[in-house]
Amino acid sequence: MNQLLTQKIEVRNLSVFYKSFRAINDVTMPVYENRITAIIGPSGCGKSTLLRSLNRMNDLVPGSRAEGEIILDSENLIDPGIDVVDVRRRVGMVFQRPNPFPMSVYDNVAYGPKLYGIKKRSVLDDIVEDSLRGAALWDEVKDKLKQSGMALSGGQQQRLCIARATAIQPEVLLMDEPASALDPVATLRIEELVAQLKQQYTIVIVTHNMQQAARVSDYTAFMMMNERRAGELVEFSETTVLFTTPKDKRTEDYITGRFG
Amino acid sequence: MSGDIFAQVNLSRVYRRRKWVNNFILGLTGLTVILAIIPLIWIIVYVIIKGWRVINLDFFIHLPTAMGVPGGGVTNAIQGSIVMVIVASIIAIPIALLIAFYLLYYPQTKLGLSIKFSTDLLSGVPSIVIGIFGYALFVVPVKHYSAWAGGLVLAMIMLPVVVRSSEEMLKLVPKELREGSLALGAPEWKTSFSVILVAALEGVITGIMLGLARAIGETAPLLFTALGNEHYDVFSYIKQGIETNQSFWDILHKILSEPTDALPLTLWKYAQQPYPERVEQSWGVALVLMLLVLLLNIGSRSWLAWRRRQTHG
Repeated sequence: MNQLLTQKIEVRNLSVFYKSFRAINDVTMPVYENRITAIIGPSGCGKSTLLRSLNRMNDLVPGSRAEGEIILDSENLIDPGIDVVDVRRRVGMVFQRPNPFPMSVYDNVAYGPKLYGIKKRSVLDDIVEDSLRGAALWDEVKDKLKQSGMALSGGQQQRLCIARATAIQPEVLLMDEPASALDPVATLRIEELVAQLKQQYTIVIVTHNMQQAARVSDYTAFMMMNERRAGELVEFSETTVLFTTPKDKRTEDYITGRFG
Repeated sequence: MSGDIFAQVNLSRVYRRRKWVNNFILGLTGLTVILAIIPLIWIIVYVIIKGWRVINLDFFIHLPTAMGVPGGGVTNAIQGSIVMVIVASIIAIPIALLIAFYLLYYPQTKLGLSIKFSTDLLSGVPSIVIGIFGYALFVVPVKHYSAWAGGLVLAMIMLPVVVRSSEEMLKLVPKELREGSLALGAPEWKTSFSVILVAALEGVITGIMLGLARAIGETAPLLFTALGNEHYDVFSYIKQGIETNQSFWDILHKILSEPTDALPLTLWKYAQQPYPERVEQSWGVALVLMLLVLLLNIGSRSWLAWRRRQTHG
């Protein structure tokens, strides 16, 4: 497909546990730079757990523990010695439900940069404008930067959250079903936006919606629960390949709607 | 198989009965609402009628006259109440918020559960008991009554109210907000204060107002700690202090370490005195106390409304 394809993240033999329960088992897959990787699969198959491992958000769940390796530019993200704050600066996240902070549109976007010590007003102004432009929101909110981010529509809120995540220039952007709480029109705008964002970011997107995965992603990972309810990677390949000529019977059953 | 299951019943009778029961219960709930509102309105109207006559500017700005001499005001009690409630708030609100955050993050730990249990117990301790405790702890060692001691016991009364109400409000903030902030690499404390607290601010402030209303109306604990003082006047302390070139801290010390009066204390004292002017004035004190609580509520609510307008355009 592309000669310059490089691996941004390499997941090697990753297993994640919640206390003694194995939520995902032995997942190995690549995430290619400036490509969109979709993770699909039925409910409870560990898609979100895998995604949240990539920026250590699973740390927030008491009793969670990961084994294996997640290599981001030769650093193992689940190494206990690694700085979680730095992981989260490099790997940003957009959530299922839009979650703008209870502050102005401007402050929502400036929140991240301020955390990392950027204080100069002119610099912040530029970051806010660039990030909002990048999230295709600038024209709609440029006259109401002082208004609460929570006063925007659902679709605008989600784009605000994307602007907020990109304001600290992460290398990877994780998206956990970013359009599932939105109406079809807003969903389409988010999908268009995601397609644009891949020029600057490496994107991993979890989705319930197979058409969405087929539309936006370059690569697709299909996950399923094994008989002990642990999520496993069934198949990983280029999206066009996975959706037209799946290698695994289970993948074929899933994408043709026979279960899940 | 079961045929016409309604063959044996008179449906219209069933419906009639159901309607009747419905109307009866509806009427009952309406009646109880009225029963609950009557005492409230009665108290308010009665206090306004009895208290209105003695309220004038002098009542707010003058110290009490000697016993039996008509006129004078209760500025000592108004100022004392305000000073002690400020002291109580400065102590209780930050502590209560930190406790509420602890309970939010560690609800099921041993310490979390015991804090919850102790705040429940503390809110159930009779205020007179808190008063005698304050007397032993804050009055006996320094050998005099003070606004400090009064403020501290009022803080103990405010604390559990603010803890439990803020905790409930913080719990209502969607967890996605916290995750959103942490996912940007923000530390937990920053997330708590700039995101979660702000999201819950309206409810937290309402809880603080409840605590303030509770504290400002307490009499019993102040009997042991503030005692009462018919000459308490912050403005004259400040004036004297400036005239004698005292430092800010000396003046503040004077304000906080004198025996202090409070509205409910004055109300209690005046109501039992044999001079009709004083008894009449005690109704005025009751009215001022009610107005003060009302003012606090209106003030905080309009601030919140103003803030909402600022951000929602």
